[in-house]
Amino acid sequence: MTALTTTRTIAMFEYDFMRTAFAAGGLVAVVAGTVGYFLVLRNLTFAGHALSHVGFAGATGSVLLGIGALWGLLAFSLAAAVAMGLLGDRLRNRDVAVGIILSLALGLGVLFLYLYTTSANEATAILFGNLLGVGIDTLWGLFGLSVIGLCALAAISRPLLFATLAPELAEAKGVSLRLVSVAFLAIVAIAVAEAAQVETWGGIVLAYITDWPTTFWIVSLSCLVYFLTFAKNQTVASPPPATGLVPAID
Amino acid sequence: MDVVAARRARPRAGALEEYAIELDRVTIARGARIVLAEISVAIRQGEFIAILGPNGAGKTTLLQAILGLLQSAAGEIRVFGEKPRRGNRAAGYLPQQRAAVADLPLRGRDFVASALNGGRWGLPLTGRDGRREVDRALETVAALALASRRLCDLSGGELQRLLLAQALLGEPRLLLLDEPLISLDLHFQQAAAALVKKIQQERSITVLFTAHDLNPLLGVVDRVLYLGHGQAALGTVDEVITGEVLSLLYRTPIEVLRVSGRIVVVAGHGPVEMEAHRHDGPHYDSYHRNV
Repeated sequence: MTALTTTRTIAMFEYDFMRTAFAAGGLVAVVAGTVGYFLVLRNLTFAGHALSHVGFAGATGSVLLGIGALWGLLAFSLAAAVAMGLLGDRLRNRDVAVGIILSLALGLGVLFLYLYTTSANEATAILFGNLLGVGIDTLWGLFGLSVIGLCALAAISRPLLFATLAPELAEAKGVSLRLVSVAFLAIVAIAVAEAAQVETWGGIVLAYITDWPTTFWIVSLSCLVYFLTFAKNQTVASPPPATGLVPAID
Repeated sequence: MDVVAARRARPRAGALEEYAIELDRVTIARGARIVLAEISVAIRQGEFIAILGPNGAGKTTLLQAILGLLQSAAGEIRVFGEKPRRGNRAAGYLPQQRAAVADLPLRGRDFVASALNGGRWGLPLTGRDGRREVDRALETVAALALASRRLCDLSGGELQRLLLAQALLGEPRLLLLDEPLISLDLHFQQAAAALVKKIQQERSITVLFTAHDLNPLLGVVDRVLYLGHGQAALGTVDEVITGEVLSLLYRTPIEVLRVSGRIVVVAGHGPVEMEAHRHDGPHYDSYHRNV
């Protein structure tokens, strides 16, 4: 049984699409993990979740126009992120702004689908992600986006942390809360656009071995990791900050 | 309003260096509501000033105007002889509305360090000099022992000391503390007031300290700035906390009682006029008020 599993695991990497899938999943994991830390710290998980649905409108729109789904997804997510940041820089207003933009984007997505009904199957693939369908061109696109996202995050991380932990003091010290908020949401949009295309490693392996759906394995593994980290945080005296709460965006 | 001592304390030309903060006929509005109307006060360098007054009287508004977060509608504000501007390194600030950090599993040192040069772009790395500065601030507020503990494990008073440490980063000459005693019990209120007094004297800096209760500050303040109905009165405790001045500021007869070393303010006919108290919590519903 074990020998059989090992052989199957090794054989898995003989397929091109599997290697591409692993590379894409790895890229997304690095970006989503880093962005997710700040996302939770800023109570922005709703915005992150909404942006993935906003991307759906962008993706269907780009199918309609006949351009790459990743770019439509990215354009819509970025526009929505900037709008969310500008409309609500305070916590209370923010969720309202996020909700309104989400509704608008879902409406647009449905309209685009209506205008281009023949490719509804393609839209489903976009909405739920299809890692095994990631081509080498998309992989390079993802790589570029990851580099841009991580560099941008590194550039704003100091004022971002300050504005998150002590917003009033940060404002008095000359930090523009609005600029930081918009810039961070734009980075979230990049991360979400990437993650929407892709799903993660462990799930792929288990799905390959068991033939059960990839999504099931990914969600189960995310939960398992979360509970393990949670248990560790309960027993260890001072763990590193909040790492256990980094969400699985994908 | 001759009684209002503030009017007589106008700075003279050529004496700019003497003052940390000067307000010349300053009017500040929040939306349509005029919070401060033609206020003129001058605060000397090295003074410890308690800013008092009911909620909505403009205590926070005044601090925000000094920090450059709010523009005055009319008049002129000077901070060390210059126009107020955001990012003024001479000013340290402890805001009243604190972010919900109290439940984060973040270490005390990391929280304080996040405010160090937080306006600069780049990675939040402190470096050796930065760590030394954070240590110095923590030591000043006697919070070195809190550095390795997590925020979610700290008490309100301990968190308050970390916030004070944040305000002290960058060696400010002016410390603006907005309600630092709120949510502390009496013993800790006095300890916190004494700590700020010690810092003020050691570093010879100017302190503006807003509060609802003057009593924990009685031994440490140099002068009191009392705000009410858009007006201001600046003077020593004995000059300002009198029935005459407070009746003018509250626009209702007020009596000031001194009971075993404490000051108690009592409204003449019913509770102190509560127009400005709309946002108050239950502890302001009482008939008698501590100043």
